[in-house]
Amino acid sequence: MERLDEVNKEFLINEVLRDFSNNSKDPETLRKLSLFKNEVVEKPIIYIGAGTCGLGAGAVKTLIKTRQYLESHQIDARIVETGCIGLCSSEPIMDIQIPGHNRISFEHITEDRVDQLLDHVFKLELPEEDAVGQFMSPGMRSWDHVTDINRHPFFISQQRLVLKNCGIIDPVSIEEYIARGGYKSFIKTLSIYEPVEVCQLIIESGLRGRGGGGFPSGMKWKFANAEKSDQKYLICNADEGDPGAFMDRAVIEGDPHKLIEGMAIAAYGIGASNAYIYIRAEYPLAIERLHRAIKQATDYGLLGKNIFCTGVDFEIKVKMGAGAFVCGEETALMHSIEGKRGMPSPRPPFPTTSGLFGKPTVINNVETLSNVPVILEKGKEWFASIGTEKSKGTKVFALSGKIALTGLVEIPMGTSIRDILFTIGGGIRDGKKFKAVQIGGPSGGCITEENLDIQIDYDSLLKVGAMMGSGGLVVMDEDTCMVDVAKFFMDFIQRESCGKCIPCREGTKRMLEILESITTKPKSSTSNEALDRFKGIMQLEKLARVIKDTSLCGLGQSAPNPVLSTLRWFRNEYEAHIFERKCPAGVCTNLRTFKINVDACSGCTVCSKKCPTGAIIGSKKTPHFIVEEKCIGCGTCQEVCKFNAIEMV
Amino acid sequence: MTISRQQIISKYPSSGHENLIPILQDIQQQEGYLSEESIIEVGQHLNLPTSKIFGVATFYNQFRFHPVGKYHIQICRGTACHVLGSSNVLEELEKNLKIKPGQTTKDGMFSIEVVACIGACGLAPVLAINGNFHAKVTKESLVQIIESYRNKTED
Repeated sequence: MERLDEVNKEFLINEVLRDFSNNSKDPETLRKLSLFKNEVVEKPIIYIGAGTCGLGAGAVKTLIKTRQYLESHQIDARIVETGCIGLCSSEPIMDIQIPGHNRISFEHITEDRVDQLLDHVFKLELPEEDAVGQFMSPGMRSWDHVTDINRHPFFISQQRLVLKNCGIIDPVSIEEYIARGGYKSFIKTLSIYEPVEVCQLIIESGLRGRGGGGFPSGMKWKFANAEKSDQKYLICNADEGDPGAFMDRAVIEGDPHKLIEGMAIAAYGIGASNAYIYIRAEYPLAIERLHRAIKQATDYGLLGKNIFCTGVDFEIKVKMGAGAFVCGEETALMHSIEGKRGMPSPRPPFPTTSGLFGKPTVINNVETLSNVPVILEKGKEWFASIGTEKSKGTKVFALSGKIALTGLVEIPMGTSIRDILFTIGGGIRDGKKFKAVQIGGPSGGCITEENLDIQIDYDSLLKVGAMMGSGGLVVMDEDTCMVDVAKFFMDFIQRESCGKCIPCREGTKRMLEILESITTKPKSSTSNEALDRFKGIMQLEKLARVIKDTSLCGLGQSAPNPVLSTLRWFRNEYEAHIFERKCPAGVCTNLRTFKINVDACSGCTVCSKKCPTGAIIGSKKTPHFIVEEKCIGCGTCQEVCKFNAIEMV
Repeated sequence: MTISRQQIISKYPSSGHENLIPILQDIQQQEGYLSEESIIEVGQHLNLPTSKIFGVATFYNQFRFHPVGKYHIQICRGTACHVLGSSNVLEELEKNLKIKPGQTTKDGMFSIEVVACIGACGLAPVLAINGNFHAKVTKESLVQIIESYRNKTED
């Protein structure tokens, strides 16, 4: 086995990587490559989507069941655990590739469905209703009545550069990655470009940071390149803290080598020989795959000292984050790597001048770096031809919330949000009415019906008070209360505020208090609380402005965004909470009022026993009453009443 | 096979602030939480004041200073989970186990931790028990999940 690995390594290094400029390979090499790429297979392969979302949906059980099936039926087949193809709502996904046939993909294959499915497929029969689609491959027999997977409504309008291999390839096989053209861009870069040319090329491609602000990546590289220093650092920010975004996790789980290749090219451009990947501890699978991929790349001589005899050194260390949202901020992240509290510091000096351990440092996000190999491969002009005037390339979005199909989509910049939600995502769940989509996490904002047709790019989103952020799209329907959403984000931000500067530390707490007073019932309406509430909106806006203007870092400056955005588009909901003391969506339970219908109440006393605040009074066998001042609107009484005597008013 | 705390600490060079967080992470991985003694030991090894280490450890959400239950429940409170009702799930969980996040049940069986986002938003609401994910959790399915773990220990 080890010998075979060595032979493969030799072949891939000499015939593919060193021979990167040769595009007309001999038939024997091509045949070997198609084996590595699994285009031609000698025995059946079963691919199981085993990213975090697959595992969450039960992929481990599916995997065990599949192994048992193969054993008991004595079938010689290979099982490949892939990353996530992006269609999270269809997990567990199982693909089967029988020799001579197209690879075919099935959804919702939980353990109880494994036997039946494999029975059919190994007899070359089709349980039609489960198939998502098939991967068309020249020279292979196609399955009747199964659509091309690329024509599936979820995939048809996508353009997958970063996610190209995710869910398709074996993420822990460097052989397959190289056979599919991987690491060629890196070797080509080392061989034909000067570092400064690489920076220039990335500037001209128009690539902008995918993690938040959208700063031109090549410019950052160029600044660091121009610094004279004995040591420079590259940091990959994989501390995906935005709740609602999970593309970085999926990229690392599904195609870790792409990130490593992107980092290697970036490091060459900057002149950095050391790099860190700062990744969330909540992503154990991604961390494990990264470690494996780094080991493989080192083994192939693609990382380490004197890479491919070019004199270039490059090493990558993985650092686990320890759970602090603020560490997504560049300076805070660097302090965290240095082993300190993750608090931001004022800029300038910018990290490109004085960053990690005081050395010039470039920090890029996972998706940004994963775009780099394809730019080197296909050219800056090609990349710049995708997208809008000022935002080039594609962007990965994480679709979640109340949408029919959840998962990851990669679309060219300039696609409308309506297309993403309704064409790709299949519209709102359960036929409900769309209310808003939250983009950009706790720093972003909401997009409402009237703005659904704007074309997604960095600048158009800013115009409507939102921002690209890392690309989480959380869809909300008529049953979502926007004041509650604002309160949710404020609660998150005030907990995550590092406490260094006062506007953010104190201001966000005060904003949360106001939101809480709006969404909870006052103990008595005679106190100052009522007045405070009325002043609430005005104070929220004033506070928000101060926090925005005076906070030290990006977290603080964008902290009030969710409140400002919901106030801008959903002021009527705030007003209903404040003046009518009602939550139109029925989410803020504390504002609900219940009444007992005296005719229907039998006086069974169940409700008064269950009431957590003792708000229901009445003696046995006589109708009960709710003391409104004590009621917290939890609805327990309504749930336990057997006589339907309790109604919401 | 368990590795002693001393073994973990001695894997790292005795200088440099840089290794502080990885050491603490390793110790927590092994022992479930950071005890006072472990923080003192790390301080001696790295030549850092205990107060400084405590300052760093309390800054980050990951570190715990009390033992966790046999089954450690991480409930996701990300945006997607929130929109799909994770607050109700958390409420039910608190009611069912009679503890609040950050606490452990008296019998040492369960503990609850609220996490910002597990990154499985497509399957919201999500919770993880000892690293095993449970997707699309509802109030009703939660009761079954908890029961299944409770029964596991009786076997």
